[in-house]
Amino acid sequence: MKPVKFDYYAPSSVDEALDTLAELGYNGKVLAGGQSLIAAMNFRMARPAALVDLNNIPELSYIKPTSDGGLAIGTMTRVRQVEYSPEVAKRYPLLAEVSKFIAHPQIRARGTFGGAIAHADPAGQLPSIAVVMNMEMVIRGKGRERRVLAPDLIIGPFMTVIEPDEMLAEVVLSPLPPKSGSKYIQVSRQKGGYAQAAVSAVVILDEKGRCKNVRLVFMAVGEAPILSQKAPEILVGNDPSQEAFKAVAEAAQSEIDPATDLHGTAEYRRNLVRVLTIRCLSEAFDRAKRGG
Amino acid sequence: MDKLFPVTVTVNGQIYTREVEARHLLSDFLRHDLGLMGTHVGCEHGICGACTIIFDGEAVRSCLIFAVQANGHDIRTVESLGTPDHLNTLQESFSEKHALQCGFCTPGILMTLTPFLEKNPNPTREQVRESIDGNICRCTGYEKIIEAAMDASKKMSSR
Repeated sequence: MKPVKFDYYAPSSVDEALDTLAELGYNGKVLAGGQSLIAAMNFRMARPAALVDLNNIPELSYIKPTSDGGLAIGTMTRVRQVEYSPEVAKRYPLLAEVSKFIAHPQIRARGTFGGAIAHADPAGQLPSIAVVMNMEMVIRGKGRERRVLAPDLIIGPFMTVIEPDEMLAEVVLSPLPPKSGSKYIQVSRQKGGYAQAAVSAVVILDEKGRCKNVRLVFMAVGEAPILSQKAPEILVGNDPSQEAFKAVAEAAQSEIDPATDLHGTAEYRRNLVRVLTIRCLSEAFDRAKRGG
Repeated sequence: MDKLFPVTVTVNGQIYTREVEARHLLSDFLRHDLGLMGTHVGCEHGICGACTIIFDGEAVRSCLIFAVQANGHDIRTVESLGTPDHLNTLQESFSEKHALQCGFCTPGILMTLTPFLEKNPNPTREQVRESIDGNICRCTGYEKIIEAAMDASKKMSSR
């Protein structure tokens, strides 16, 4: 199908884009890479009255180091650029690892890092990775700017705290300490297809090899990425062991809310989370022991 | 009258200027406004890969870009490759290795493999497989396509 009619604006600067968004209010919608939005518009599931296209704003596309040793990624940076960035691979191997699972090469060449997070698709990889890495979102509106951590950004399926006259401008990644490890793991019916369930983890060891901190996120088994509260309760201060991972996998059952659809039953997805949680934590802690 | 936007775009080395509605998809623009019917339209939501074109050097979905967004950009479509009488190396390999049957998906696969082989002149089978994971073919089972791509890469790098 084809999209319904809409007004189109192609600002050439961030300030111009924010002016336009402020004028349009609830009628305006930001167009980033468009790899989800245009597909939804083609099906007329999305019918924005006006699009504000950010593709002519080069100042929104960059990967640059921050003063504390992290990275700042401009919202219009293509997923492909993140996938192949040596800076990203060195500091955040999790991002390079997960990129291969995001749709297909042609989609990653056009789709954007910030757009994927702001789209907040419950089955999208980058929103859940933003939560597991606790990325900081720089949200800009006309004459104002605020910062929100990823777990506070997403409030439901395709819903964020970004107001209609605002846009996600930059994503800030804080540096990972030494002795940290990470892992992303998913099951999907075909390469590039939607995950039936996915689990990601970022873990940090103390000097005695015990769990100092753990962030564990479940994806595609609820209305938004689910940050496990049980995982740190069970693991922090203890030796990372298979028994402990199994306890987390069982405790996770009360935190997830998977649905039944054509691709699998809720029960099947619960079993996937059980298995994937153990595999994900095992690999993340192994990587932490090896120093990243 | 709906609002029209001017678009000036380079397609296969030729500059075109047209006026389009904002909602006009790039895939439809190439086919209906420029008459370049080699770009096929399958699913119109980014899954099948039949509409893949080369946009500023990168393989992308032309069904997930509006024509108005192509203003000032450089596009290559399957018409930029060989002609029926003079296939290019990749097309020749597709023909020799039986890498197509109905041929509907072929333009998208050729336009995916073209920039891939430009950047990876000596790929492994696994890399080829990964490069076309966004193109659906219901005839061949993909093995022949991978063979053709490997064959073409050998011919191209031996020149």
